[in-house]
Amino acid sequence: MSAKEFKRITVPISDEAIRDLRIGDSVLLSGVIVTGRDTVHKWFMDSFITKTVPVAAEDAQVYEELKKLLQDGVIYHCGPVVSGLQDKNYRFVAAGPTTSIREEAYQGQVMEHFHMKGVIGKGGMGAKTLAACAKIPGVYFHAIGGAASLIAESVKKVLGVYKLEFGVPEALWVIQVEDFPVVVTMDSHGNSLHDEIQKHSLEKLQAVLAK
Amino acid sequence: MRDITNELVELVRLTSTDLPKSIQDALVKAHQAEAEGSAAQAAMVSILENVEMSRRNQTPICQDTGTPLFFVKYGQGWEPGALKTQIRAAIAEATKRSYLRPNAVDSLRGKNTGNNLGDDNFPTIHFQEVPGDDLTIDLMLKGGGCENVGRQYSLPDVALGADRDLEGVRKVVLDAVYQAQGQGCAPGFLGVAIGGDRGSGYLVSKEALLAGLQDENPDPELAALEQRITEEANTLEIGPMGFGGKSTVLGTKIRASHRLPASFFVTISYMCWAYRHRTLTIAGSEVRYA
Repeated sequence: MSAKEFKRITVPISDEAIRDLRIGDSVLLSGVIVTGRDTVHKWFMDSFITKTVPVAAEDAQVYEELKKLLQDGVIYHCGPVVSGLQDKNYRFVAAGPTTSIREEAYQGQVMEHFHMKGVIGKGGMGAKTLAACAKIPGVYFHAIGGAASLIAESVKKVLGVYKLEFGVPEALWVIQVEDFPVVVTMDSHGNSLHDEIQKHSLEKLQAVLAK
Repeated sequence: MRDITNELVELVRLTSTDLPKSIQDALVKAHQAEAEGSAAQAAMVSILENVEMSRRNQTPICQDTGTPLFFVKYGQGWEPGALKTQIRAAIAEATKRSYLRPNAVDSLRGKNTGNNLGDDNFPTIHFQEVPGDDLTIDLMLKGGGCENVGRQYSLPDVALGADRDLEGVRKVVLDAVYQAQGQGCAPGFLGVAIGGDRGSGYLVSKEALLAGLQDENPDPELAALEQRITEEANTLEIGPMGFGGKSTVLGTKIRASHRLPASFFVTISYMCWAYRHRTLTIAGSEVRYA
Protein backbone atom coordinates (compact mmCIF):
# COMPACT_ATOMS: atom_id res chain seq x y z
CA MET A 1 0.00 0.00 0.00
CA SER A 2 2.86 2.34 0.77
CA ALA A 3 5.41 3.26 -1.84
CA LYS A 4 8.16 2.90 0.74
CA GLU A 5 10.86 0.38 -0.02
CA PHE A 6 11.83 -2.18 2.57
CA LYS A 7 15.30 -3.47 3.32
CA ARG A 8 15.38 -7.14 4.29
CA ILE A 9 17.52 -7.98 7.30
CA THR A 10 18.11 -11.41 8.80
CA VAL A 11 19.06 -12.08 12.43
CA PRO A 12 21.90 -12.61 13.43
CA ILE A 13 22.94 -9.31 11.86
CA SER A 14 26.40 -8.44 10.56
CA ASP A 15 28.23 -5.20 11.39
CA GLU A 16 28.08 -4.19 7.73
CA ALA A 17 24.32 -4.60 7.57
CA ILE A 18 23.92 -2.46 10.69
CA ARG A 19 26.25 0.29 9.45
CA ASP A 20 24.28 0.37 6.24
CA LEU A 21 21.05 1.30 8.09
CA ARG A 22 20.03 4.95 8.53
CA ILE A 23 17.18 6.55 10.40
CA GLY A 24 14.00 6.48 8.35
CA ASP A 25 14.81 3.15 6.70
CA SER A 26 11.93 0.69 6.59
CA VAL A 27 13.05 -2.84 7.34
CA LEU A 28 11.55 -6.33 7.23
CA LEU A 29 13.22 -8.43 9.91
CA SER A 30 13.44 -12.21 9.80
CA GLY A 31 15.09 -14.77 12.07
CA VAL A 32 15.05 -15.75 15.73
CA ILE A 33 14.59 -12.95 18.27
CA VAL A 34 13.84 -12.83 21.99
CA THR A 35 11.26 -10.76 23.86
CA GLY A 36 12.29 -8.99 27.06
CA ARG A 37 11.05 -5.93 28.88
CA ASP A 38 11.11 -4.36 32.34
CA THR A 39 11.65 -7.37 34.60
CA VAL A 40 14.09 -9.00 32.18
CA HIS A 41 16.30 -5.94 31.88
CA LYS A 42 16.50 -5.49 35.62
CA TRP A 43 17.22 -9.22 36.00
CA PHE A 44 20.01 -9.02 33.39
CA MET A 45 21.58 -6.11 35.22
CA ASP A 46 21.31 -7.42 38.78
CA SER A 47 22.23 -11.03 38.01
CA PHE A 48 24.79 -10.87 35.21
CA ILE A 49 26.12 -7.34 34.75
CA THR A 50 26.41 -5.57 38.11
CA LYS A 51 26.06 -8.99 39.80
CA THR A 52 24.40 -7.62 42.92
CA VAL A 53 22.13 -10.64 43.21
CA PRO A 54 23.31 -14.27 43.51
CA VAL A 55 22.43 -16.42 40.51
CA ALA A 56 20.66 -19.77 40.90
CA ALA A 57 22.16 -22.74 39.01
CA GLU A 58 19.18 -23.01 36.68
CA ASP A 59 19.41 -19.29 35.88
CA ALA A 60 23.08 -19.72 35.00
CA GLN A 61 21.99 -22.31 32.46
CA VAL A 62 19.31 -19.95 31.06
CA TYR A 63 21.96 -17.24 30.81
CA GLU A 64 24.28 -19.45 28.74
CA GLU A 65 21.48 -20.22 26.31
CA LEU A 66 20.44 -16.58 26.08
CA LYS A 67 24.00 -15.50 25.34
CA LYS A 68 23.92 -17.63 22.21
CA LEU A 69 20.54 -16.29 21.15
CA LEU A 70 21.40 -12.65 21.75
CA GLN A 71 24.92 -12.60 20.28
CA ASP A 72 24.50 -10.41 17.15
CA GLY A 73 20.80 -10.77 17.87
CA VAL A 74 17.80 -8.63 18.68
CA ILE A 75 15.69 -8.13 21.79
CA TYR A 76 12.06 -7.16 21.42
CA HIS A 77 10.35 -4.98 24.02
CA CYS A 78 7.06 -6.82 23.99
CA GLY A 79 4.62 -8.35 26.43
CA PRO A 80 2.52 -10.57 24.18
CA VAL A 81 -0.89 -12.19 24.49
CA VAL A 82 -0.11 -15.91 24.19
CA SER A 83 -2.58 -18.75 23.70
CA GLY A 84 -1.97 -22.42 24.46
CA LEU A 85 -0.59 -21.79 27.94
CA GLN A 86 -2.23 -24.88 29.40
CA ASP A 87 -0.79 -27.42 26.97
CA LYS A 88 2.38 -25.43 26.15
CA ASN A 89 1.30 -25.27 22.54
CA TYR A 90 2.22 -21.59 22.54
CA ARG A 91 1.01 -19.20 19.88
CA PHE A 92 1.37 -15.40 19.76
CA VAL A 93 -2.10 -13.87 19.46
CA ALA A 94 -1.17 -10.20 19.87
CA ALA A 95 2.37 -8.93 20.03
CA GLY A 96 2.97 -5.22 19.52
CA PRO A 97 5.86 -3.31 21.10
CA THR A 98 5.86 -1.74 24.56
CA THR A 99 7.36 1.67 25.42
CA SER A 100 11.15 1.34 25.35
CA ILE A 101 12.28 4.36 27.32
CA ARG A 102 11.73 2.50 30.61
CA GLU A 103 14.78 0.39 29.75
CA GLU A 104 17.01 3.38 29.07
CA ALA A 105 18.84 2.95 32.38
CA TYR A 106 19.90 -0.58 31.37
CA GLN A 107 19.73 -0.95 27.61
CA GLY A 108 23.17 0.27 26.56
CA GLN A 109 24.96 -1.99 29.03
CA VAL A 110 22.70 -4.93 28.22
CA MET A 111 23.35 -4.50 24.50
CA GLU A 112 27.09 -4.36 25.02
CA HIS A 113 27.11 -7.27 27.44
CA PHE A 114 25.36 -9.61 25.01
CA HIS A 115 26.76 -7.91 21.91
CA MET A 116 23.23 -7.34 20.64
CA LYS A 117 22.77 -5.65 17.28
CA GLY A 118 19.30 -4.35 17.72
CA VAL A 119 16.41 -3.47 19.95
CA ILE A 120 12.80 -3.46 18.77
CA GLY A 121 10.35 -1.31 20.67
CA LYS A 122 8.36 1.85 20.44
CA GLY A 123 8.83 5.49 21.39
CA GLY A 124 12.61 5.44 21.03
CA MET A 125 15.38 5.60 23.62
CA GLY A 126 17.92 8.07 24.98
CA ALA A 127 21.56 9.08 24.81
CA LYS A 128 23.02 6.02 26.56
CA THR A 129 21.40 3.60 24.14
CA LEU A 130 22.34 5.79 21.17
CA ALA A 131 25.98 5.71 22.33
CA ALA A 132 25.88 1.91 22.63
CA CYS A 133 24.43 1.71 19.10
CA ALA A 134 27.40 3.67 17.77
CA LYS A 135 29.90 1.52 19.63
CA ILE A 136 28.69 -2.06 19.05
CA PRO A 137 27.32 -1.23 16.32
CA GLY A 138 23.57 -1.55 16.75
CA VAL A 139 20.29 0.12 15.86
CA TYR A 140 16.89 0.79 17.35
CA PHE A 141 14.03 -0.62 15.31
CA HIS A 142 10.66 1.06 15.87
CA ALA A 143 7.65 -1.23 15.51
CA ILE A 144 4.12 0.13 15.18
CA GLY A 145 2.67 0.53 18.65
CA GLY A 146 -0.68 -1.17 19.05
CA ALA A 147 -0.46 -3.08 15.77
CA ALA A 148 -0.58 -6.26 17.79
CA SER A 149 -2.59 -8.63 15.60
CA LEU A 150 -0.66 -7.56 12.51
CA ILE A 151 2.73 -8.13 14.14
CA ALA A 152 1.59 -11.46 15.61
CA GLU A 153 1.10 -12.62 12.00
CA SER A 154 4.83 -12.19 11.39
CA VAL A 155 5.63 -14.39 14.40
CA LYS A 156 5.76 -17.75 12.66
CA LYS A 157 6.69 -19.92 15.60
CA VAL A 158 7.26 -19.77 19.34
CA LEU A 159 10.46 -21.74 19.85
CA GLY A 160 10.48 -21.59 23.63
CA VAL A 161 10.17 -19.49 26.73
CA TYR A 162 12.47 -18.65 29.63
CA LYS A 163 11.52 -17.26 33.05
CA LEU A 164 7.79 -17.74 32.60
CA GLU A 165 7.56 -17.16 36.35
CA PHE A 166 7.99 -13.45 35.51
CA GLY A 167 4.46 -13.67 34.06
CA VAL A 168 3.36 -13.97 30.42
CA PRO A 169 4.06 -10.31 29.50
CA GLU A 170 7.46 -10.23 31.22
CA ALA A 171 8.89 -13.63 30.22
CA LEU A 172 11.61 -14.16 27.59
CA TRP A 173 9.84 -15.64 24.57
CA VAL A 174 12.08 -17.02 21.84
CA ILE A 175 10.28 -16.47 18.55
CA GLN A 176 10.90 -16.97 14.88
CA VAL A 177 9.75 -13.98 12.88
CA GLU A 178 9.36 -13.44 9.17
CA ASP A 179 9.14 -10.01 7.56
CA PHE A 180 8.50 -8.20 10.82
CA PRO A 181 7.93 -4.57 9.69
CA VAL A 182 9.96 -1.92 11.54
CA VAL A 183 11.46 1.51 10.96
CA VAL A 184 15.02 2.44 11.98
CA THR A 185 14.68 5.47 14.27
CA MET A 186 18.13 5.36 15.91
CA ASP A 187 21.14 4.32 13.86
CA SER A 188 24.79 3.45 14.50
CA HIS A 189 25.95 6.83 13.20
CA GLY A 190 24.68 8.84 16.16
CA ASN A 191 21.36 9.84 14.60
CA SER A 192 18.04 9.68 16.42
CA LEU A 193 14.76 10.50 14.70
CA HIS A 194 13.29 10.97 18.18
CA ASP A 195 15.77 13.71 19.05
CA GLU A 196 14.99 15.45 15.77
CA ILE A 197 11.23 15.28 16.26
CA GLN A 198 11.50 16.43 19.87
CA LYS A 199 13.59 19.45 18.88
CA HIS A 200 11.27 20.34 16.04
CA SER A 201 8.13 19.96 18.13
CA LEU A 202 9.60 22.09 20.93
CA GLU A 203 10.05 24.97 18.48
CA LYS A 204 6.47 24.49 17.31
CA LEU A 205 5.21 24.34 20.91
CA GLN A 206 6.95 27.58 21.80
CA ALA A 207 5.36 29.25 18.79
CA VAL A 208 1.89 28.07 19.74
CA LEU A 209 2.28 28.94 23.43
CA ALA A 210 3.29 32.48 22.48
CA LYS A 211 -0.03 32.96 20.62
CA MET B 1 -30.64 -10.54 39.82
CA ARG B 2 -29.99 -12.37 36.54
CA ASP B 3 -26.55 -13.61 35.50
CA ILE B 4 -25.04 -11.47 32.73
CA THR B 5 -21.52 -12.93 32.78
CA ASN B 6 -21.81 -14.08 29.14
CA GLU B 7 -22.94 -10.63 28.01
CA LEU B 8 -19.98 -9.13 29.86
CA VAL B 9 -17.53 -11.51 28.17
CA GLU B 10 -18.99 -10.37 24.85
CA LEU B 11 -18.53 -6.74 25.92
CA VAL B 12 -14.86 -7.45 26.65
CA ARG B 13 -14.39 -9.28 23.34
CA LEU B 14 -15.92 -6.41 21.40
CA THR B 15 -13.91 -3.78 23.23
CA SER B 16 -10.59 -5.56 22.85
CA THR B 17 -10.90 -6.76 19.27
CA ASP B 18 -13.40 -4.57 17.42
CA LEU B 19 -12.52 -0.86 17.29
CA PRO B 20 -15.60 1.41 17.09
CA LYS B 21 -16.33 2.69 13.59
CA SER B 22 -16.10 6.36 14.63
CA ILE B 23 -12.51 5.83 15.83
CA GLN B 24 -11.61 3.90 12.70
CA ASP B 25 -13.03 6.73 10.57
CA ALA B 26 -10.82 9.21 12.41
CA LEU B 27 -7.80 6.98 11.75
CA VAL B 28 -8.67 6.74 8.05
CA LYS B 29 -8.72 10.54 7.88
CA ALA B 30 -5.37 10.68 9.66
CA HIS B 31 -3.93 8.26 7.12
CA GLN B 32 -5.13 10.46 4.26
CA ALA B 33 -3.45 13.51 5.79
CA GLU B 34 0.04 11.99 5.81
CA ALA B 35 2.53 12.48 3.00
CA GLU B 36 2.89 9.76 0.37
CA GLY B 37 5.82 7.46 1.16
CA SER B 38 6.41 8.91 4.65
CA ALA B 39 7.08 6.79 7.74
CA ALA B 40 3.95 8.37 9.23
CA GLN B 41 1.84 7.14 6.35
CA ALA B 42 3.35 3.65 6.59
CA ALA B 43 2.52 3.62 10.31
CA MET B 44 -1.10 4.54 9.59
CA VAL B 45 -1.32 1.80 6.95
CA SER B 46 -0.17 -0.77 9.52
CA ILE B 47 -2.58 0.62 12.10
CA LEU B 48 -5.55 0.36 9.74
CA GLU B 49 -4.59 -3.12 8.57
CA ASN B 50 -4.29 -4.16 12.18
CA VAL B 51 -7.75 -2.79 13.03
CA GLU B 52 -9.31 -4.87 10.26
CA MET B 53 -7.31 -7.97 11.09
CA SER B 54 -8.18 -7.83 14.79
CA ARG B 55 -11.87 -7.57 14.01
CA ARG B 56 -11.72 -10.43 11.51
CA ASN B 57 -9.66 -12.77 13.72
CA GLN B 58 -11.20 -11.67 17.01
CA THR B 59 -7.75 -11.00 18.44
CA PRO B 60 -6.74 -8.04 20.62
CA ILE B 61 -6.09 -4.81 18.69
CA CYS B 62 -3.21 -4.15 21.08
CA GLN B 63 -1.46 -6.74 23.24
CA ASP B 64 -1.61 -4.28 26.11
CA THR B 65 -5.26 -4.74 26.91
CA GLY B 66 -4.70 -2.31 29.73
CA THR B 67 -6.58 -1.73 32.90
CA PRO B 68 -10.18 -2.77 32.36
CA LEU B 69 -12.14 0.32 33.39
CA PHE B 70 -15.83 -0.28 33.97
CA PHE B 71 -18.36 2.52 34.42
CA VAL B 72 -21.62 0.99 35.60
CA LYS B 73 -24.94 2.82 35.71
CA TYR B 74 -27.53 0.64 37.36
CA GLY B 75 -31.24 1.13 37.82
CA GLN B 76 -33.66 -0.62 40.10
CA GLY B 77 -33.26 -4.38 40.44
CA TRP B 78 -29.52 -4.44 39.77
CA GLU B 79 -27.10 -5.12 42.61
CA PRO B 80 -23.56 -3.66 42.57
CA GLY B 81 -22.15 -6.54 44.63
CA ALA B 82 -23.48 -9.20 42.27
CA LEU B 83 -22.45 -7.15 39.22
CA LYS B 84 -18.93 -6.89 40.56
CA THR B 85 -18.73 -10.66 41.01
CA GLN B 86 -19.96 -11.20 37.44
CA ILE B 87 -17.59 -8.58 36.01
CA ARG B 88 -14.67 -10.29 37.69
CA ALA B 89 -15.78 -13.69 36.41
CA ALA B 90 -16.11 -12.25 32.88
CA ILE B 91 -12.62 -10.73 33.03
CA ALA B 92 -11.09 -14.06 34.05
CA GLU B 93 -12.99 -15.89 31.29
CA ALA B 94 -12.03 -13.29 28.64
CA THR B 95 -8.40 -13.66 29.71
CA LYS B 96 -8.63 -17.43 29.31
CA ARG B 97 -9.97 -16.87 25.79
CA SER B 98 -7.01 -14.56 24.95
CA TYR B 99 -9.19 -11.48 24.51
CA LEU B 100 -7.17 -9.97 27.34
CA ARG B 101 -3.57 -10.27 28.47
CA PRO B 102 -3.07 -11.15 32.13
CA ASN B 103 -2.17 -7.69 33.41
CA ALA B 104 -2.60 -7.69 37.19
CA VAL B 105 0.81 -7.57 38.84
CA ASP B 106 1.41 -7.59 42.60
CA SER B 107 3.28 -4.31 43.12
CA LEU B 108 5.30 -5.60 46.06
CA ARG B 109 6.24 -9.08 44.88
CA GLY B 110 6.10 -8.59 41.10
CA LYS B 111 3.91 -11.64 40.65
CA ASN B 112 1.32 -11.64 37.87
CA THR B 113 -1.95 -13.23 39.04
CA GLY B 114 -2.38 -14.79 35.58
CA ASN B 115 -6.13 -14.20 35.38
CA ASN B 116 -6.31 -10.38 35.36
CA LEU B 117 -7.90 -10.29 38.80
CA GLY B 118 -6.05 -8.22 41.32
CA ASP B 119 -7.22 -6.44 44.42
CA ASP B 120 -10.53 -4.59 44.73
CA ASN B 121 -9.42 -1.95 42.19
CA PHE B 122 -8.29 -4.35 39.45
CA PRO B 123 -10.36 -4.37 37.32
CA THR B 124 -11.52 -0.87 38.18
CA ILE B 125 -15.29 -0.54 38.53
CA HIS B 126 -17.19 2.70 39.10
CA PHE B 127 -20.83 2.33 40.16
CA GLN B 128 -23.54 4.94 39.84
CA GLU B 129 -27.18 4.44 40.72
CA VAL B 130 -29.58 5.90 38.17
CA PRO B 131 -33.38 6.22 37.89
CA GLY B 132 -35.32 3.58 35.91
CA ASP B 133 -34.43 -0.09 35.70
CA ASP B 134 -31.90 -0.20 32.85
CA LEU B 135 -28.30 -1.23 33.17
CA THR B 136 -25.58 0.54 31.17
CA ILE B 137 -21.96 -0.57 31.34
CA ASP B 138 -19.17 1.30 29.60
CA LEU B 139 -15.88 -0.53 29.28
CA MET B 140 -12.66 1.21 28.37
CA LEU B 141 -9.37 -0.64 27.90
CA LYS B 142 -6.51 1.76 28.41
CA GLY B 143 -2.97 0.50 27.93
CA GLY B 144 0.06 1.38 30.01
CA GLY B 145 1.92 3.28 27.29
CA CYS B 146 -0.69 6.00 27.08
CA GLU B 147 -1.58 5.85 30.77
CA ASN B 148 2.07 6.58 31.61
CA VAL B 149 2.07 9.84 29.63
CA GLY B 150 -1.01 11.23 31.42
CA ARG B 151 -0.24 14.39 33.36
CA GLN B 152 -1.60 16.65 36.04
CA TYR B 153 -0.72 20.33 36.27
CA SER B 154 -1.31 22.66 39.19
CA LEU B 155 -2.03 26.16 37.91
CA PRO B 156 -0.55 28.71 37.83
CA ASP B 157 2.40 27.07 36.11
CA VAL B 158 5.10 29.73 35.94
CA ALA B 159 7.43 27.87 33.57
CA LEU B 160 4.68 27.51 30.97
CA GLY B 161 3.14 30.93 31.64
CA ALA B 162 -0.14 29.21 32.39
CA ASP B 163 -2.59 31.18 34.53
CA ARG B 164 -5.80 30.04 36.16
CA ASP B 165 -7.97 30.48 33.10
CA LEU B 166 -8.84 28.64 29.89
CA GLU B 167 -5.79 30.10 28.20
CA GLY B 168 -3.70 28.48 30.93
CA VAL B 169 -5.56 25.21 30.38
CA ARG B 170 -4.72 25.39 26.67
CA LYS B 171 -1.02 25.86 27.41
CA VAL B 172 -0.62 22.96 29.81
CA VAL B 173 -2.60 20.55 27.63
CA LEU B 174 -0.36 21.37 24.66
CA ASP B 175 2.68 20.88 26.88
CA ALA B 176 1.35 17.44 27.84
CA VAL B 177 1.08 16.55 24.15
CA TYR B 178 4.65 17.75 23.59
CA GLN B 179 5.93 15.80 26.61
CA ALA B 180 4.20 12.63 25.43
CA GLN B 181 5.89 12.77 22.00
CA GLY B 182 5.12 9.41 20.36
CA GLN B 183 5.22 7.47 23.64
CA GLY B 184 1.45 7.38 24.08
CA CYS B 185 0.99 5.80 20.64
CA ALA B 186 -0.01 8.84 18.65
CA PRO B 187 -2.23 9.84 17.00
CA GLY B 188 -4.11 10.02 20.28
CA PHE B 189 -7.18 11.44 21.96
CA LEU B 190 -7.19 13.72 24.98
CA GLY B 191 -9.48 13.55 27.99
CA VAL B 192 -9.08 16.71 30.04
CA ALA B 193 -10.46 17.55 33.47
CA ILE B 194 -10.39 21.11 34.72
CA GLY B 195 -10.70 21.41 38.51
CA GLY B 196 -11.55 18.76 41.07
CA ASP B 197 -8.93 17.37 43.43
CA ARG B 198 -5.99 15.27 42.30
CA GLY B 199 -7.96 12.02 42.49
CA SER B 200 -11.22 13.17 40.93
CA GLY B 201 -9.26 14.98 38.23
CA TYR B 202 -7.89 11.74 36.83
CA LEU B 203 -11.28 10.04 37.09
CA VAL B 204 -13.10 12.86 35.28
CA SER B 205 -10.38 13.03 32.61
CA LYS B 206 -11.18 9.38 31.81
CA GLU B 207 -14.95 9.92 32.00
CA ALA B 208 -14.48 12.73 29.47
CA LEU B 209 -13.21 10.07 27.06
CA LEU B 210 -16.53 8.22 27.30
CA ALA B 211 -18.23 10.92 25.24
CA GLY B 212 -18.71 10.05 21.57
CA LEU B 213 -16.13 11.50 19.22
CA GLN B 214 -18.82 13.45 17.35
CA ASP B 215 -20.70 14.63 20.45
CA GLU B 216 -20.52 18.38 20.85
CA ASN B 217 -19.53 19.74 24.25
CA PRO B 218 -22.65 21.39 25.78
CA ASP B 219 -20.49 24.30 26.93
CA PRO B 220 -19.70 26.38 23.82
CA GLU B 221 -16.55 27.82 25.38
CA LEU B 222 -15.21 24.34 26.09
CA ALA B 223 -16.29 23.13 22.65
CA ALA B 224 -14.21 25.90 21.08
CA LEU B 225 -11.26 25.10 23.32
CA GLU B 226 -11.43 21.41 22.43
CA GLN B 227 -11.24 22.22 18.76
CA ARG B 228 -8.45 24.73 19.20
CA ILE B 229 -6.33 22.33 21.25
CA THR B 230 -6.75 19.55 18.67
CA GLU B 231 -5.73 21.88 15.86
CA GLU B 232 -2.78 23.37 17.69
CA ALA B 233 -1.56 19.98 18.91
CA ASN B 234 -1.31 18.95 15.28
CA THR B 235 0.94 21.92 14.50
CA LEU B 236 3.58 20.27 16.75
CA GLU B 237 4.10 17.74 13.93
CA ILE B 238 4.93 14.87 16.28
CA GLY B 239 2.91 12.59 14.03
CA PRO B 240 1.91 8.94 14.18
CA MET B 241 4.23 6.99 16.52
CA GLY B 242 6.28 10.18 16.89
CA PHE B 243 7.71 9.69 13.38
CA GLY B 244 6.83 13.28 12.47
CA GLY B 245 3.68 14.11 10.50
CA LYS B 246 0.34 15.85 10.45
CA SER B 247 -1.70 13.73 12.86
CA THR B 248 -0.81 13.91 16.52
CA VAL B 249 -4.18 14.39 18.25
CA LEU B 250 -7.48 13.31 16.68
CA GLY B 251 -9.85 14.62 19.32
CA THR B 252 -10.05 16.47 22.63
CA LYS B 253 -12.77 16.13 25.28
CA ILE B 254 -12.88 18.55 28.20
CA ARG B 255 -14.95 18.51 31.37
CA ALA B 256 -14.96 21.02 34.19
CA SER B 257 -15.52 20.24 37.88
CA HIS B 258 -15.73 22.46 40.93
CA ARG B 259 -12.47 23.03 42.74
CA LEU B 260 -11.14 24.39 46.01
CA PRO B 261 -10.26 28.09 46.11
CA ALA B 262 -6.61 27.08 46.59
CA SER B 263 -6.43 24.47 43.82
CA PHE B 264 -6.66 24.63 40.06
CA PHE B 265 -5.72 21.27 38.61
CA VAL B 266 -5.72 20.44 34.95
CA THR B 267 -5.54 16.69 34.41
CA ILE B 268 -4.89 15.05 31.08
CA SER B 269 -5.54 11.42 30.24
CA TYR B 270 -3.95 10.53 26.93
CA MET B 271 -5.71 7.79 24.98
CA CYS B 272 -3.71 5.98 22.33
CA TRP B 273 -5.01 5.54 18.77
CA ALA B 274 -6.40 2.15 19.89
CA TYR B 275 -9.25 3.93 21.67
CA ARG B 276 -11.09 0.87 22.93
CA HIS B 277 -14.45 1.76 24.40
CA ARG B 278 -17.75 -0.11 24.12
CA THR B 279 -21.12 0.05 25.84
CA LEU B 280 -23.46 -2.70 26.97
CA THR B 281 -27.07 -1.74 27.67
CA ILE B 282 -29.65 -4.08 29.15
CA ALA B 283 -33.22 -2.78 29.05
CA GLY B 284 -35.72 -5.41 30.11
CA SER B 285 -35.07 -8.44 27.90
CA GLU B 286 -33.22 -6.38 25.31
CA VAL B 287 -29.40 -6.53 25.21
CA ARG B 288 -27.59 -3.92 23.11
CA TYR B 289 -23.91 -3.37 22.34
CA ALA B 290 -22.59 -0.08 20.99
